[in-house]
Amino acid sequence: MELKFSKRNQILIVRIQGEIDHHTCEHMRVAVEHNFEKIRGKHMIFEMSGVDFMDSSGIGAMIGRYKVAKCMGGKVVIANPNERVEQIFRMSAMDRIISCYPNLEQAIQHLEGGK
Amino acid sequence: MKYENECVTYFAAKSQNESLTRVLVTSFLATYDPTVSEITDVKTAVSEAVTNAIIHGYEGQDGMVELFCGYAEETIYIEVADKGKGIGDITRAMEPLYTSKPELERSGMGFTIMEAFMEGIMVVSTPNLGTRVSMYKKLSRE
Repeated sequence: MELKFSKRNQILIVRIQGEIDHHTCEHMRVAVEHNFEKIRGKHMIFEMSGVDFMDSSGIGAMIGRYKVAKCMGGKVVIANPNERVEQIFRMSAMDRIISCYPNLEQAIQHLEGGK
Repeated sequence: MKYENECVTYFAAKSQNESLTRVLVTSFLATYDPTVSEITDVKTAVSEAVTNAIIHGYEGQDGMVELFCGYAEETIYIEVADKGKGIGDITRAMEPLYTSKPELERSGMGFTIMEAFMEGIMVVSTPNLGTRVSMYKKLSRE
C-alpha cells in the first residue's frame, strides 16, 4: 500500500494506492494519525481511486479514523471508491456515518461547505 | 468429494501472508474462466477467513494456517483452518458487526462478507483445538 498525503486548510487528504487488508491497515493507521496531528487537522478525506482490494479490515480502519476526527469536531469522507469498496461500505452500514463522493472535489466541497 | 483439481497450502499465521493467500486462490481459480466479480468475491472471502485465523485463532501468536482450494462440477470449494483457540459461540461470532476485538479496530463484518460473497459457508470450531471455515461458490460460466 502506498499513501500520499496533502492538506487543504484543516482537511487531511489521503490518497491510497494498493490493497487495504489487516496487514496494511496498521501502517495506514500510524501514518494517517501522524499526518493528521502534524497539520492539526479536523477532517479527513480518503481518496480511493487507486484501491484495488479492500476487505472488512478497511471498514474497521475507517471507523477508527472517524472516531479520531470526531474528537476534533470533524468528519471522515471517502472519495472515488470503486463499486466493490462502496458495496462493502454499504453492507456494514458505514455510509450512515462516513459519506462517499464520486470525486475529490465534491468531497472537499462537502467538508468546506460544512454540510 | 472427488475434486477435478485441488491444492492445500500451509503458511505461518502472519499478516503479511494475507496477500499471498489472495494471489494463490486467484491463480487456482483463474484456470476455470471465472468472471472478475467471482474472483473478487472468492479472494475477499478468503482474506476474511485467513485474517480471522491470524487475529482470533492465534491472537498474534505463532501457528500455521491451512488453505484448501478445490474445484468440482463448476464449483470452487475453499477451506481455511487453524489450530488456535477456537470460537466459543459461533452463532454470536457470525452476527453482523459483532467483534470480540473492538480495540483492534475490527469491524465484526468478516463472516457477513464471507456469507454474502460465497454461496455457502460452514464453520466448525472446538475451543482450544481450532476452527475450520468451509465455503463454496458455483461459477456462472458466462
